[in-house]
Amino acid sequence: MHEMSLCESVVEILNSEARRQGFARVKTVWLEIGVLSGAEPEAMRFCFDAVTKGSLADGARLEIVQTEGQAWCLNCAKTVAVVQRFDACPECGGFQLQITGGDALRVRELEVE
Amino acid sequence: MMCTVCGCGEGDGHIEGQEHGHSHDHEHTQDHVHDHGDHIHFGQGPAHAHAPGLSQARMVRIEQDILGKNDRYADANRMHFIKHGQFALNLVSSPGSGKTTLLTATLDQLKGTLPMAVIEGDQQTSHDADRIRATGVRAIQINTGKGCHLDAHMVGHALDNLDLEENGLLFIENVGNLVCPAAFDLGEAMRVVILSVTEGDDKPLKYPDMFAGAHLMLLNKIDLLPYVDFDVERCIEYARRINPSIHILALSARTGDGMHPWLEWLRDQRNAMLNARIAQLEAQMAILKAQVGS
Repeated sequence: MHEMSLCESVVEILNSEARRQGFARVKTVWLEIGVLSGAEPEAMRFCFDAVTKGSLADGARLEIVQTEGQAWCLNCAKTVAVVQRFDACPECGGFQLQITGGDALRVRELEVE
Repeated sequence: MMCTVCGCGEGDGHIEGQEHGHSHDHEHTQDHVHDHGDHIHFGQGPAHAHAPGLSQARMVRIEQDILGKNDRYADANRMHFIKHGQFALNLVSSPGSGKTTLLTATLDQLKGTLPMAVIEGDQQTSHDADRIRATGVRAIQINTGKGCHLDAHMVGHALDNLDLEENGLLFIENVGNLVCPAAFDLGEAMRVVILSVTEGDDKPLKYPDMFAGAHLMLLNKIDLLPYVDFDVERCIEYARRINPSIHILALSARTGDGMHPWLEWLRDQRNAMLNARIAQLEAQMAILKAQVGS
C-alpha cells in the first residue's frame, strides 16, 4: 500500500503549490499514472479520499490519466508497446526490452479556487 | 510532533535514538521543490464546467513527479555517500527470505576488513538491529509504523544518527516487501534483491518492478534445493526477462555455500565506486593545480 504515501506526497505538492500560487482549495486533481509505474489506480483513489480528508483537497475529484507502456527493443531497434514489464516484444518475441515510457507518476494539473 | 528543520511530522515512523532533537547535516533544504517546470495559469472560469464570474475556480498546470520529493532526498543521500566514500546497498526481499541471516553472515566475514554499518527497516521491533549488533557492527533501527517501505527521508535522518566512518560499507535492509520499496530510491549505489528457494521461482514475473530496479539478485537457501520444487534455471530466465542486465548469484547464508562470490562482488563494486571517486578527485586536483600554475 505505498499508494498511501504517494497520496501523502500529492497532498504535500498541493500544499506547497497553494502557498506558491495563492489558492485555498483544490477541486480537481489530474494525476498521470503510467501502467508500469507500480501504482494501482483503484488503490490511489481509495487512498486519495482518505488522505485528503481535512486538507485543502477535502472532497476533491480525482481524475486519473493512464499512460501506455513503451519499451525500446534491442533486437528490433525500435520502440514498441508493452502492457507489463515481463511482456515479450510484440514484433520479435524477444525479451531484450528497455522500458522507455509509461512509468511516470505525476500531478499534471489542478482545478483550484 | 513536527520536526522543525524539515517539517516532517506525518506518519508514525520512529528512528531509534532519535527523539526529534536531531542535527540534520544531510542536505535537506529542498523543500522549495519546484523552481523548474512551467506554471501556466489559465484565467478564471476555465473549461471544466465553471461559468466565468460565478466562481473563482481556475486551472493550474503543475506537472510534478509524485516521487520528486523522495528523489531529491535520495540525491542528497547519494551525494553524502559519494562525498564520504561510503558504498550503500539497499537490500530488498519478501519477509522470510533470510535477509538478516545473510547480513549477519556477511558482516561476520567482512568484520575487521572495512568499516561497516547497518540501517534496519521494519514496521515494528528492534529485533533485527539487535541481531546485527550482536555481530559487533553498528546498527540503527527504523520502525516505519504502518509504513510498508523505507523512503529516502527516513534514511537521511538515520544517517544523522549513524555516524558511519569514511569509506565504509552501509547496508540498508528494507522492510520485507516485494512491492512498495521498489518505488523509493534511497540514494543507494546498488540495489540487491534476495529471493529464497522456498519461495516461487516465478516471483520475478509476479513482482516485476522490484526485479527491474535491482542490480543483483541473490538466490538464498540453496541448501534447501533438494527439498523444494524451485527451478533455478527458470527463475534466472524470468529475472532476465524483466531485467536483461541483472547480475545473479546463488548461495546459502546458513551453510556458507556460495558466500565467497557474493563477498567478491561486494569488494569489486565498492572498489569500482572508489575508483570513480578517485578519478573525480584527481580531475579536480588537476584543475586546481593548473590554477596555481604548479
